[in-house]
Amino acid sequence: MTSTVTATPSPATAPPRRPRTRETALAWAFLAPSIAVFALFLAYPLGRTVYLSMHGNDIIGRPNRFVGLSHFAEMASPEFGRVLLTTLLFTLGTVVPGVLGALAVVLLLEGVIRGQRFLRGAFALPFAFSVASASVIFVVFYSSGNSVLNGVLYRLGLSQVPWLTSQEMALWSVCITTVWMNLGYGVLVLAAGIGSIPREVNEAARIDGATGVRLARDVTVPLLGPQLFFLVVISTINALQGFGQIHILTRGGPSGSTTTLVYSIFEEAFAYSTSDFGRASAQALVLLLVVLVCTAVQFGVIERKVHYA
Amino acid sequence: MTAAPLAGPAPAAPAVRRRHRPTPRFLLGRAVLYLLLLVFLVPTLFPLYYAVVGAFMDPRELSGFPAPLLPTGLHTDNITGVLNAVPLVRMYGNSLLMAGIITVSQLATSSLAAYAFVFLRFRGSAVVFALFLATLMVPGEATFIPNYLTIGSWGLTDTFAGLVMPFLAYAFGTFLLRQSFKQFPRELYDAARMDGMGHLRFLWTVLVPLSRPALSAVGVYVFITSWNMYFWPLIITRSTDMQTLQIGLNSLKTGEASNPGLLLAGAALSVLPTLALVIFGQRFIVRGLTAGAVK
Repeated sequence: MTSTVTATPSPATAPPRRPRTRETALAWAFLAPSIAVFALFLAYPLGRTVYLSMHGNDIIGRPNRFVGLSHFAEMASPEFGRVLLTTLLFTLGTVVPGVLGALAVVLLLEGVIRGQRFLRGAFALPFAFSVASASVIFVVFYSSGNSVLNGVLYRLGLSQVPWLTSQEMALWSVCITTVWMNLGYGVLVLAAGIGSIPREVNEAARIDGATGVRLARDVTVPLLGPQLFFLVVISTINALQGFGQIHILTRGGPSGSTTTLVYSIFEEAFAYSTSDFGRASAQALVLLLVVLVCTAVQFGVIERKVHYA
Repeated sequence: MTAAPLAGPAPAAPAVRRRHRPTPRFLLGRAVLYLLLLVFLVPTLFPLYYAVVGAFMDPRELSGFPAPLLPTGLHTDNITGVLNAVPLVRMYGNSLLMAGIITVSQLATSSLAAYAFVFLRFRGSAVVFALFLATLMVPGEATFIPNYLTIGSWGLTDTFAGLVMPFLAYAFGTFLLRQSFKQFPRELYDAARMDGMGHLRFLWTVLVPLSRPALSAVGVYVFITSWNMYFWPLIITRSTDMQTLQIGLNSLKTGEASNPGLLLAGAALSVLPTLALVIFGQRFIVRGLTAGAVK
């Protein structure tokens, strides 16, 4: 295998063209495995999703007629409007508290002198939980029979909460689980950001008399800008793709109150014995578009930052 | 708490041991700080605590209301129960094998691709790299339906091959390794080439050993994300014997009458490998996860 590439004669005598073409061939050979996977499982599927989205299908999802954009036209329905609204609420309900919570934790940790690393490690622990393991724990916490959380409320003399059984509450319960799952990641990202702030900056600020809240507000938070922005974008994309917690906790219910875009795609395509791959594909393209816009915003802003830096 | 360094503008003259008496205001600030930390720490650790403690509770006590919050003893009923309810060991093996194959494969494909981008000159290198980055923007959910159909048409539904194939390469690793390879001293590369060392040998015997931190970061990241995968294994596996741990956890929840002890024991058992990674491999995780943030 290696013999073909090691046989390059001394560079001075070799004609300049031969090694270059050889290098090109080798480069494509090195890229080939990745490109093969991307072509088969990324590029081709995207094209096929577009194709499927414009076709109707039989009961098991085989496309059988061209329907043009009618799957997209169907989206102008109150049902799909509700799905989009749920997706938006779920995104806001996980990103805002998630980012603010992680920020609060790392700022508080900045004030800790001893055991800071240990505490940060403790806050990062939820990161170890998979969507499934976290959700299963919260099933026990929320369950209507012997809900652990209601038990805690009961001990405190507070009234009980219909965590997953009420249409108004279920989405927020799923949000709480998601925020808990993501907190560890947020803490790790922001802590890394704080770690990259030069020591002198903090010392200079302290000498100028900035401590505690003022140091956090005027120095640390502005300097954390890039990491905060990164965290907002990543959390948004994660929220748009959030699936496991909904599947395990609520199956999109009660009565569709936790059916987000991704869950709706799953329902149309896989949840029941019938499959509507056409409608699901149209919705998948909407999801793709939303995620692309979020990513484009991220790249745009980062580019500007790099430019001015 | 000894909080001398913060008590005053002391850091200017650390040699002088001037102990400031903490002012009441300062002490109040400390108290508020630790109280607030506690407010965040308790809910953060409670689910973890309860999964472990609940797993060892007596199933009947756990089902009572209000459920006990403190350990009630060391009952192993839930652990044995969960091992009987689902083939947990088999699912563990499935998850390990799946995450292992994906990790090794992504490390290999990413190293090769990153090598091509950094050390080999070829036409269109920048364009191909931009295309690689573009693949990162596509959410898996947008491709799962066609991939499900592709895998099905190859007859690979409910097989290991079907489980891992779409994830054998991923551009994130290429991106991260490219950053790391770029910092490799060029003189070392030139020297190795001058001595007649081939590209593959250089990659394998020099570059890979010297890039271990970056490779570990990618490896830990890929392992955790594939270990935690949910959507794809859910739709591509059918039989209990092929299911991964995450899907097995979901099947523990059978309707409303799910047994809380089994769920907690399952969660606690399933989280052990990633918990170990988070505790002992945190620096790699931080590097892998924040690569985009500190660019």
